[in-house]
Amino acid sequence: MATENTTTAPATPAPAAGTSGAKMIMTMGGLGLVCGVLIVAAFQLTLPRIEKNKAAALEKAIFEVIPGATTKTVLSEKDGRLVPASDVPGGMHYYAGYDDQHHLVGVAVEASGQGFADLLKVLYGYSPDDGAVVGMKVLESHETPGLGSKIESDPSFRANFEALAVRVDDAGTGIRNPVTLAKHGEKTQAWEIEAITGATISSRAVTDILHSSTAHTVPVIMSNLQTLQSSQPEGGQ
Amino acid sequence: MNTASPLQIFIDACLINNFVLSLFLGICPFLGVSNKTDTAVRMGVAVTFVMLVSSLCAFGIHKALLIINAPYLHLISYIVVIASAVQLVEMFIKKFSPALFRALGIFLPLITTNCAVLGVALFQTSREYSFVQALFFALGAGAGFTLALLLMSGIRERLELADVSSVVKGAALTLMIAGVLSLAFMGFAGMGR
Amino acid sequence: MSEHASPASEPTSMDAFLKGLWKENPVFVMLLGMCPVLAVTNSVVNGIAMGLASAFVLVMSSMIVSLVRKLIPNEIRIAAFILIIATFVTVVDYLIQAISLDIYKALGAFIALIVVNCNILGRAEAFASKNPVGLSIADAAGVGFGFTIACLALGSVREVLGNGTFAGIRVLGPSFEPWTIMALPGGAFFVLGGWLLLFAWMRERKAARA
Repeated sequence: MATENTTTAPATPAPAAGTSGAKMIMTMGGLGLVCGVLIVAAFQLTLPRIEKNKAAALEKAIFEVIPGATTKTVLSEKDGRLVPASDVPGGMHYYAGYDDQHHLVGVAVEASGQGFADLLKVLYGYSPDDGAVVGMKVLESHETPGLGSKIESDPSFRANFEALAVRVDDAGTGIRNPVTLAKHGEKTQAWEIEAITGATISSRAVTDILHSSTAHTVPVIMSNLQTLQSSQPEGGQ
Repeated sequence: MNTASPLQIFIDACLINNFVLSLFLGICPFLGVSNKTDTAVRMGVAVTFVMLVSSLCAFGIHKALLIINAPYLHLISYIVVIASAVQLVEMFIKKFSPALFRALGIFLPLITTNCAVLGVALFQTSREYSFVQALFFALGAGAGFTLALLLMSGIRERLELADVSSVVKGAALTLMIAGVLSLAFMGFAGMGR
Repeated sequence: MSEHASPASEPTSMDAFLKGLWKENPVFVMLLGMCPVLAVTNSVVNGIAMGLASAFVLVMSSMIVSLVRKLIPNEIRIAAFILIIATFVTVVDYLIQAISLDIYKALGAFIALIVVNCNILGRAEAFASKNPVGLSIADAAGVGFGFTIACLALGSVREVLGNGTFAGIRVLGPSFEPWTIMALPGGAFFVLGGWLLLFAWMRERKAARA
């Protein structure tokens, strides 16, 4: 046995090639470890800042689409009832906005759909008192700059969303008048959206998104008014 | 969850949001290997193939990373997978079709640093495509890339014969043509609806 | 991408830095890393952010590559470089999110795509893997700033003509009708083509005079 061991010992060239492989794996492994630590460290260090930024951006958007709101609370839908968002993981959020006297002024909801080029994501505010959409902000858009992108900047288009009538129907399960698109300068009804000339498709995309979203959310909001009014806004900012 | 139909995704990736002409992905090979039609087609096929493979791998990785809840590892694992996918594809082709290997040979290593391939992996993740959707997305992106290369090489082959001022010749002219092509592709923009 | 030949005379850090800025400008001369330059330069701020993010990754990865260049076996060097670059890109991704969400949204997927910017792998392979740390950093910083300048050159033209503003400040009067095309993908190609044309013309004139 002992002799056998000694005879195999000189055969080092083969293991030498093996150590080179082992060295490669060790180098890559070591490098991977260091890189992993760096990434996790960066992730952990920046996480609080990022969360804070995101929360601030969301809050700013909410207060923008619900004029007069200064505090908010986040609710989620569960079997047609609104409950605190923490109870429903991953659900769609309803952001209820309150004024200084803790009165409910509106509810903001996110909605999305196919735009002209890509996905279009908006946030709109609904005021139960007015029975109307009172604000709309484009969160994400890849519409053509200078044409479709006017949905974010065109003043007469923006004016559509200062008071867009969306009322719940008598059965309480749908909306009375569908949100529809009217040609530029031909808006006659309070539930019509006046299109931007040269950006009809983008205007229609916004209309469709608002229609399909409000058809679902407005009945939910109206049937849960009590919950919304009595919910406590999150303390301070 | 994204509900677009596979065909819609294919057309979107190929024409409406063409990877090269409207998303600016894969510009390097677009400028580099678009002077001859046949090399352009070969490059396009090679890229499409790698896109398909890496898209499938990226789908699996994304699911795995979701399970272990480590979103920060996405980029690093994608790029490692693409690099190894290119290697694997290279070895595979070398073994089973030496003729094809000779035709594609020099392009394969280049694909590792082709942002279009990584773009496919990143976009399909951020748009939450399902398996079939991701498949069609990769195919569409590859087809769009090949189309852009093919169009460009056709134009450049004709330009060889034209009398062009020496100042304009080269990258500047290629970019100007790309601009015109990109404008033309904007005409597809409304097709998504 | 590895055209760089080690100069015969001992190069100083200053030379390495200046070379990347102009004579071997990554975008205008080497025509490398065009994707982000074209894609996110629709405004000055986006252009600068992209340029600086890429420069950061470039400098950091060149530094690390140069530090560990003797430890990495030759066969796996490319894989190792990519790993190092991807790490710093991920770090930059989180840093930008922490600094400004607006910039993060504007740059989108192109932050992650810094990883396949051929300049970075090119500098790691051609320079940092063969040169000491100080020189590698200087070289990377030069290329990084050269890249940033290119982004800025594109971004400023596109923003001024496409929107009438420079970094958000209005520079052209209200009667100015914005050139929508400048904000579109086609505009990016035209502007970069225009810059290249200008430089080609300047070179030609210089050559004619000499």
